[in-house]
Amino acid sequence: MTGPKSIISTLQRHGALWPLVALGLIWLVIIIVNPGFFAFTIQDGRVFGGVIDIFNRGAPVALIAIGMSLVIATGGIDLSVGAVMAIAGAVAANLIVGTDLPAPLIILAGLGAGLAAGLLNGTLVAGFGIQPIVATLILLVAGRGVAQLLNDGQIITFQNEAFAFVGVGTLLGLPMPVWLVLFVLAAMLLITRRTALGLFVEAVGANASASHYAGVPVRAIKLTVYAIAGLCAALAGLVATADIQGADANNVGLWIELDAILAVVIGGTSLMGGRYSLVLAVVGALIIQSLNTAVVLSGIPPKFNLVIKSAVIVAVLMLQSPVAQAQLASLRRRFTA
Amino acid sequence: MIPARHAPVLVTAGLFAALFILGALQYDGFGTLRVFLNLFTDNAFLAVTAIGMTFVILSGGIDLSVGAVIAFTGVLTAVLIQAGWPLWLVFPLVLVIGGTFGAGMGCLIHFYRLQPFIVTLAGMFLMRGLAVVVSERSVPIEHSVYDAVNAAGVMLPGRAFISAQAIMLVIVLAGALILAHYRRFGTYVYAMGGNAESARLMAVPVARTTIGIYALSSFLAALAGIMFSFYTSSGYALAAVGLELDAIAAVVIGGTLLTGGYGYVIGTLVGVMLMGLVQTYIAFNGSLNSWWTKIVIGVLVLIFVCLQRIRIPTRAATGSARE
Repeated sequence: MTGPKSIISTLQRHGALWPLVALGLIWLVIIIVNPGFFAFTIQDGRVFGGVIDIFNRGAPVALIAIGMSLVIATGGIDLSVGAVMAIAGAVAANLIVGTDLPAPLIILAGLGAGLAAGLLNGTLVAGFGIQPIVATLILLVAGRGVAQLLNDGQIITFQNEAFAFVGVGTLLGLPMPVWLVLFVLAAMLLITRRTALGLFVEAVGANASASHYAGVPVRAIKLTVYAIAGLCAALAGLVATADIQGADANNVGLWIELDAILAVVIGGTSLMGGRYSLVLAVVGALIIQSLNTAVVLSGIPPKFNLVIKSAVIVAVLMLQSPVAQAQLASLRRRFTA
Repeated sequence: MIPARHAPVLVTAGLFAALFILGALQYDGFGTLRVFLNLFTDNAFLAVTAIGMTFVILSGGIDLSVGAVIAFTGVLTAVLIQAGWPLWLVFPLVLVIGGTFGAGMGCLIHFYRLQPFIVTLAGMFLMRGLAVVVSERSVPIEHSVYDAVNAAGVMLPGRAFISAQAIMLVIVLAGALILAHYRRFGTYVYAMGGNAESARLMAVPVARTTIGIYALSSFLAALAGIMFSFYTSSGYALAAVGLELDAIAAVVIGGTLLTGGYGYVIGTLVGVMLMGLVQTYIAFNGSLNSWWTKIVIGVLVLIFVCLQRIRIPTRAATGSARE
């Protein structure tokens, strides 16, 4: 039962085959252009290596992609995550500069800001029935303005070892952001698998009105997933802010919503809702980060990054489209006949 | 009596008038024809983009690629002019590229049943990426025609100025009004936004219309890109970042229903003008920082979206609503 064939069929059943193949192919390209990239070295009790680097740099996108998966699974979308990152970073930086609060409280305050933003999105979507694109667009537009307001238009820099640990610290040899991704992933897997939340999320995404009649608390579920997305975005914002030891309201998390949505889609989650995988969303984030790294390492000017990324999105979307699949199948028939 | 369907546009127009009067009472030189006309000049490219977006949203779709199309058009125009290409060749070329690009997105949306927002998101990446590939740096435009057009216009008393940008906007607006209300294409757009399935059953050519809508939006964005290149006398790959959101906000504030099928092109113009007036007011105030503009626009969108939700039940009662 553990032969290579059964492993492949298990992966295929979970939709994990193609994302992993894609990741493998990109890593293969990286190894070809830079054979030493994946070598591990241990220095000062810290593990260095290509995989760790990709994981570490991809952490903010991975964190957001986890929250975004749940939102997309309910048939929604959250465009405000980048702005929420900016708000959480601004809250933390101002508290560090302006008060003597200990780091854990500052982190909690940043997460609280993200939670509030998520609840606002969730209330607009679940309470007022506004389309998710538009509801979260409001915070996307206004959120950076709020962050600018908190920062008074400046880039707030700070020196705080305890807080910086979130972004640049090392625990048991691995960078802190990697641990945070693993922790959030494990926690969310536990919550969605061990409670009915995961099932309800899929039910709401598959058919909201049928779920309502079946007694699923649709509004509460929607509110919850946007709140989780806000929390994840805030955590990503804290990591990014701690990483550069400063809150830059204009640039932190700029366009990250697109990367996160892309990560979720590459991971095989349908934008129509009803089906999702948290693990594959993280794999999707790793694919995007690997793609960035591969472009840099292969000597292609980084300016081609966006063009390559858009080509990948279109390719993935086409592969997921039932129409394109039918066309491919008929092509295959013509060749084999 | 005023028909209820005109109410959202009138609310926006009322807000515009109220803010204009408030500003005029508070600041010297605010309540002038000059300030009013400058709104048309400074927001012409945004208004042209938002007019294209209105058709997309009326049909029930969304176009996130317009800001990137403006940047790409601007950069390509600047680079081609610098390379010595004649303007009569450059402008049609970039407009055709814009229209073709939009038609391509329309094809993906219609034939492959992909969601408009993800297709146009990919389109945004592609256009932004191509713009960066064409030139990473800001490219200045030095051309006698640019100088002449930028100086052209009608000077009115009180240093009020009707610029070439404003005249272009009025031409586009007139064309869009005819297209939306006196041409079959407009009827098809409203029908698809009202209910795509019924529209198909009533023999609306959905494929042609969908492709036409996105081609129109990208074409107008490319036109806005040319106008923007006149406005700034340069082309820059990172220009107009987030402009798609301003355009969507203007459409919403102008009273168009985001689920499609309901709204007016003229409302969008009023929406753009209101947003421009907010910006002007904040500039006149001086003590408020510019990021207040973003917050106020966000709050305006919030209010209008909530108003839309309140109005929907009354539409359901007449049997014309859809979820």
